[in-house]
Amino acid sequence: MIYYAILGLLVGFVGGIYCPFSLPPEYARLLAVAVMAGMDAVLGGVRASMESKYDTQVFISGFFINGILAAFLCYAGNMIGIDLYIVAILIFGMRIFQNMGVIRRLYMGK
Amino acid sequence: MKELVAMDLKGKLVIAFVFMVLGFMLSVQYKTTEQQRSIRMDRVEDLSERLKLAETENQRLLAEIDNLRQHGADNPDDPGQERLELLAGTTEVEGQGIEVVLDDSNIPKKANDNPNLYIIHDEDLLRVLNELRAAGAEAISLNDQRIVAMSEVRCAGPTVSVNNVRSAPPYVIKAIGAPKTLTSALRLRGGVVETFEFWGIQVKIKTVENLRVPALKAPRNFEYAKAVGEKEGQK
Repeated sequence: MIYYAILGLLVGFVGGIYCPFSLPPEYARLLAVAVMAGMDAVLGGVRASMESKYDTQVFISGFFINGILAAFLCYAGNMIGIDLYIVAILIFGMRIFQNMGVIRRLYMGK
Repeated sequence: MKELVAMDLKGKLVIAFVFMVLGFMLSVQYKTTEQQRSIRMDRVEDLSERLKLAETENQRLLAEIDNLRQHGADNPDDPGQERLELLAGTTEVEGQGIEVVLDDSNIPKKANDNPNLYIIHDEDLLRVLNELRAAGAEAISLNDQRIVAMSEVRCAGPTVSVNNVRSAPPYVIKAIGAPKTLTSALRLRGGVVETFEFWGIQVKIKTVENLRVPALKAPRNFEYAKAVGEKEGQK
């Protein structure tokens, strides 16, 4: 499973590098938030799998819906002058660290 | 590493796909950030490059100015040079001429008379200067200020300002030219000196064989006027 994950990551990375289009700067922020959401979802998935609660549908829906929702929220916040992307990044960052902490504990078997 | 969760191929492919999307997003984000950074760097480099160019150009022009100055100084015998310097008043000149000393009136003022009538005004000086010029004076100074094309003679309170330098009476006007012509121009019947004497303004005119008229002390910088001449046409 981990090989599939690494392979997918590499393919995506290379694809992104060689992708001819790049984002206009004003949308870079939205993508940043989406990336955070994606990383959060992935770590959440890893944690769930270690806790033997992993469910593919939950993982996929969490990944895509969280990412899109976060980006959309930031976009909407931008339109009404609220910097929601800061909130999103903060929350996702916190969750990433939390998940990392749980994974670390589970990995050490404590 | 042992599999944490038993998973069919579909689940593995899904994971691969998700990671692919994540990788894609990461790299696009990285690229965008990098681009922005490089744009900023480009701008800085571009500007510093231009600054460097401007500085080089500046130094080159300064060197050219020095060069031209030296070149000009090397050729004082240039036929046009002396004439130009005489015209511009940038060099001290000597020759025969007259010296006119004007001072305020020494006769007692009559009551109810305007005291202004008994002192020398810029207009009086201008009349003298004008008369001297009309008589062919080649170089004129007023209280050691060379009178050139752009000199002003202007009332400045109790003083008179010439070339933006103020001076008080007595006014010493030096004029180089034919002394007899100059003197008689001033002493003309009904002329300047006669008017002065009527008001008691003291006028002394003496002929000097070797009169020195000083150079213009602060040559004017031309800020607005630009020559339109043959050079411009030849371009």
